[in-house]
Amino acid sequence: MKFPSLKFVVPLAAGLALSFGMAGTASAQKRGGILNFVVGSKIPSYDGHIEGTFGMIHPIRPFYSTLIRVNPDNPQSPTDFICDLCVGDVPKGEDGFTKYVFKIREDVKFHDGTPLTADDITATYKKIIFPPEGIASARKAFFKMVDSVESTGKYEVTFKLKFPSGSFIPSVAMPFNFVYSKKDLDEKGYTWHKANINGTGAFTFVQHQPGSFVEGKKYAGYHHMGADGKPKPYLDGYKAISAPKMALRLQAIRGDRAAIEFRGFPPKARDDLVKALGDKITVQESDWNCALFATPNQRRKPFDDARVRKALSLALDRWGGSKYLSQIAIVKTVGGVVFPNHPLAATKEELVKLAGFGTDVKANRKEARRLLKEAGAENLKMVFNNRGVDQPYKVVGTWLIDQWKQIGVEAEQQVNPSPVFYAKLRKKSDFDVSIDFNCQSVVNPIADVTKFLGSAGNNYGGYKDDVLEKIYDRLLRAGTEKEQRVIMREFETRALSDQVHMIPTLWWYKINPHRSYVKGWKIAPSHYLNQSLDQIWLDK
Amino acid sequence: MWQYILKRLFLMIPTLLGAAILIFFLLRLIPGDVCEIKLAGAGLYVDQEQIDICRKNLGLDQPILVQFWDFFSGFLTFDLGTSMWTGRAITYELALRFELSLQVAIMATLTAILIAIPLGTISAVRQNTWIDYFVRAFSIAGIAIPSFWLGIMIILGLLIGTQAWFGTPWMPPIEYVPLWVDPWANLSQLIWPAVATGYRYSAVATRMTRSALLEVLREDYIRTARAKGLKEKLIINRHALKNSMLPVVTVIGIEFAFLMGGLVVTEQVFNLNGLGKLFVESVTNQDFALTQALVMVVVSVFIFTNFVVDILYAWLDPRIRYA
Repeated sequence: MKFPSLKFVVPLAAGLALSFGMAGTASAQKRGGILNFVVGSKIPSYDGHIEGTFGMIHPIRPFYSTLIRVNPDNPQSPTDFICDLCVGDVPKGEDGFTKYVFKIREDVKFHDGTPLTADDITATYKKIIFPPEGIASARKAFFKMVDSVESTGKYEVTFKLKFPSGSFIPSVAMPFNFVYSKKDLDEKGYTWHKANINGTGAFTFVQHQPGSFVEGKKYAGYHHMGADGKPKPYLDGYKAISAPKMALRLQAIRGDRAAIEFRGFPPKARDDLVKALGDKITVQESDWNCALFATPNQRRKPFDDARVRKALSLALDRWGGSKYLSQIAIVKTVGGVVFPNHPLAATKEELVKLAGFGTDVKANRKEARRLLKEAGAENLKMVFNNRGVDQPYKVVGTWLIDQWKQIGVEAEQQVNPSPVFYAKLRKKSDFDVSIDFNCQSVVNPIADVTKFLGSAGNNYGGYKDDVLEKIYDRLLRAGTEKEQRVIMREFETRALSDQVHMIPTLWWYKINPHRSYVKGWKIAPSHYLNQSLDQIWLDK
Repeated sequence: MWQYILKRLFLMIPTLLGAAILIFFLLRLIPGDVCEIKLAGAGLYVDQEQIDICRKNLGLDQPILVQFWDFFSGFLTFDLGTSMWTGRAITYELALRFELSLQVAIMATLTAILIAIPLGTISAVRQNTWIDYFVRAFSIAGIAIPSFWLGIMIILGLLIGTQAWFGTPWMPPIEYVPLWVDPWANLSQLIWPAVATGYRYSAVATRMTRSALLEVLREDYIRTARAKGLKEKLIINRHALKNSMLPVVTVIGIEFAFLMGGLVVTEQVFNLNGLGKLFVESVTNQDFALTQALVMVVVSVFIFTNFVVDILYAWLDPRIRYA
């Protein structure tokens, strides 16, 4: 067996240590410098309330603040939220968790000089939760539990909920919820922010050359203080450079045209960078709040038969797949319906009880063959709809084809460009089994698992499962974490083991190799999170 | 002549209309639309209601003929509309990239000329010698090697070479700076794609120069020049080369037109924010409005170029009868 060289292991270990909070805690932050980073996607508009791509978040998020956010010093925790524009701790909820009162900071000003008040927060959340007719709001559905949002003082905002919900606070913390000025919304309209920027973030907008870069400079009036007692940010500015090709983003870091790419690279790219630059590269790694599934189309025979779906899941050697696929693709962790590191996620002992998650692959596959025979679907032939993106879709798709072959299922993989793939999956439902994915920002299991409901807008399986809907309804109203955990197992067993509405593969794995002089940034379980850049400094 | 010009001008209208119909309806044959890609492309949860609002705002819910009329009438009045992806005016999107594409096209053309004319001439003059074989192999390699592959090799070579020699890897800048703002940064970014593209371009021109020159060198007036004792250098430069340039100039002209918007892959490799990259982005985003506008602009350029060439032919060579 060949072991990686010490040259490779040392920086990797240092990076991992950093990601778990062992490094970067000293108050020796240096001020100044421009952070150049590369972004692999494009900016549709600047309006966080209507967009859903990291291509917008990475360059634009630093111009804005949010009411609360994932703790930038502890982003690995899926439950550690802190105030950004509010004061003190994130409210715990009153009146049986149906009322949340946020005290707003009094020292915040928008980049145009307008002071921030509760009315700005209220106007922002009204736009997100109750948009006027014809105004889009991509995250409206996350706030179905909200009854009202009102300013209850000049610096106090109160959210009232229709029912208690564990997904409320994580929804508020989503990085897309940029706080806009009420004055801008009233005077310039609800679409002004698509092409204009006026926030309270750590950086002010300098210029955007579409297709090329976005430039921001330090906002002197930013409301968070640095470790040295002076206002953040530490950087003088940043430049987010658009670079659609992964190879070029990698070379840009190698050639120091960019210091970091916040989305993530495959393992091979990490290894190449470390091999070429040694300790000049630091690697941070994390589980990623994205999962790939194979979704059978239950409108078609024989996929309407739970035995066939179960057989397809039983065929997968997830534990073995994790070992090998994690060496070539951005997937790694075996998990159920909940993000693996969350308290609501299944433990390994709980997971192995689910169909297809057991470690005895031979027995699983024997059972799969039996189920296929019983369902009259021996020698099943099917078309597998996949997305024409290498990482990780095509890699995982090829693995799935091989796994199904082990139980005598012949699957023909059709790799389609994204528009065609979406049309087959969403619009036309023209597939036997399709790759499908769930990729969220803040880890919010109660909201994220709606993906498994046949009634959900982003579920393409074509099924109706009233039992599962009822379980979810109970989950939604469960007050304590303990209660939620029990119901979540019930939900998981129904969705993945009894009915096998969707066939989970592996959770994604985020790998961020970056120049070692970039300090203060900690990897989060999502490429949407921890992008305010206010804590980053350059050790040059 | 005027009758001919008018006739050609009128013929442009059905050509443009045909191109407009083709591109409009071919794009609609591709399943999916920009709203799906924009809102659901990243895997985040999105309500169908939001996709419907997006479609309505972009006019995608209108009957197809209404959409076509909006597009074509806009084109006739030089209003290319707005990009479905960014919401910005398409003329702005094009103008932003035009300068870079034009500069790369000019630099690649200059590179090609500087390589092709001397090599093609030497190859012809020293026909069937080792120099000729070398030049032919060099030009065949230029045609065979894709520009984007050469581009990747150039970047990797620079990274590896500079690290080996100076200890720190260097690569060309990845963001565009106009020539008049910072000439050094501008040239250090654009010289490499110009070389990668110019090499392939020069290969075609070298072969054309060689064959055209060989043909001219066999003409009677060249034999006469030699017979009357003129120096070989004078014969080549003054009599042969000049007269062999017509097909070479034609090839260079066509290639130049192609470079404006045709450097799709090379622009990706060097991260150039040019028209070719915009083309790719508009197609992958299903930004119909932008793709249609880009295609119509390219079609118009080609139609106009052909028109000018036809007129020039008629003017240059009276033997060509059009009427």
